[in-house]
Amino acid sequence: MKKITVRYFAMFREHAGLSEETIELEVVTAMDVFEQTRSRHGSSEPMGHCKVAINDQLADWESNVNDGDTVLLFPPVAGG
Amino acid sequence: MFAISAKGIVVDELREQMSDPGAGGFCVFEGWIRNQNEGRAVERLEYEVYEPLAISEGEKVIAEAQRLFPHLQASCVHRSGLLEIGDCAVWVGVSSAHRDEAFQACRYIIDQIKVRLPIWKKEHYLDGDSGWVNCERCANV
Repeated sequence: MKKITVRYFAMFREHAGLSEETIELEVVTAMDVFEQTRSRHGSSEPMGHCKVAINDQLADWESNVNDGDTVLLFPPVAGG
Repeated sequence: MFAISAKGIVVDELREQMSDPGAGGFCVFEGWIRNQNEGRAVERLEYEVYEPLAISEGEKVIAEAQRLFPHLQASCVHRSGLLEIGDCAVWVGVSSAHRDEAFQACRYIIDQIKVRLPIWKKEHYLDGDSGWVNCERCANV
């Protein structure tokens, strides 16, 4: 198990009802974090247009996450 | 230069900063808050921005534009927080020796800003409802 801090933004924050949590997860990749927190909070947003960052660096869904990492889950962006 | 601003964008000040004796043209794009979207009357709009990454990614976009279209100055400011109808949400300015590079670089910057930066907008409708807006171009990426 790894202790991961997960941060939620915009619609993800509203679905989760919180902006951040530190939880123990059995995960290897950022995608695992997305899928496990999605089922934890009952969100149905598809991953396709979402983005992820690990420790403030944009990352691929296949990127490894390590114990103590902060994973930022971004729903589809809409600047401009 | 790329910046996130919680205060109103003062376009005249930004334009002044683009002044360059070597430039023969200046191209600007301003994104404004409009009063309707997809048939719904919009009252105001709220931008949520994750600033650390929005700024670093915005600076990358500006640097890319300067590599793709050399010899130009480029600048962009994006708003955060609550905006009213008619407010300027994003400002992109490019000055360069010739107009073609200025138009292309300006287009490149706003297109990349819209799909890459961690910025989200929530529309507040006149009927009291509200909703997060999906980037229309992201759906086609």
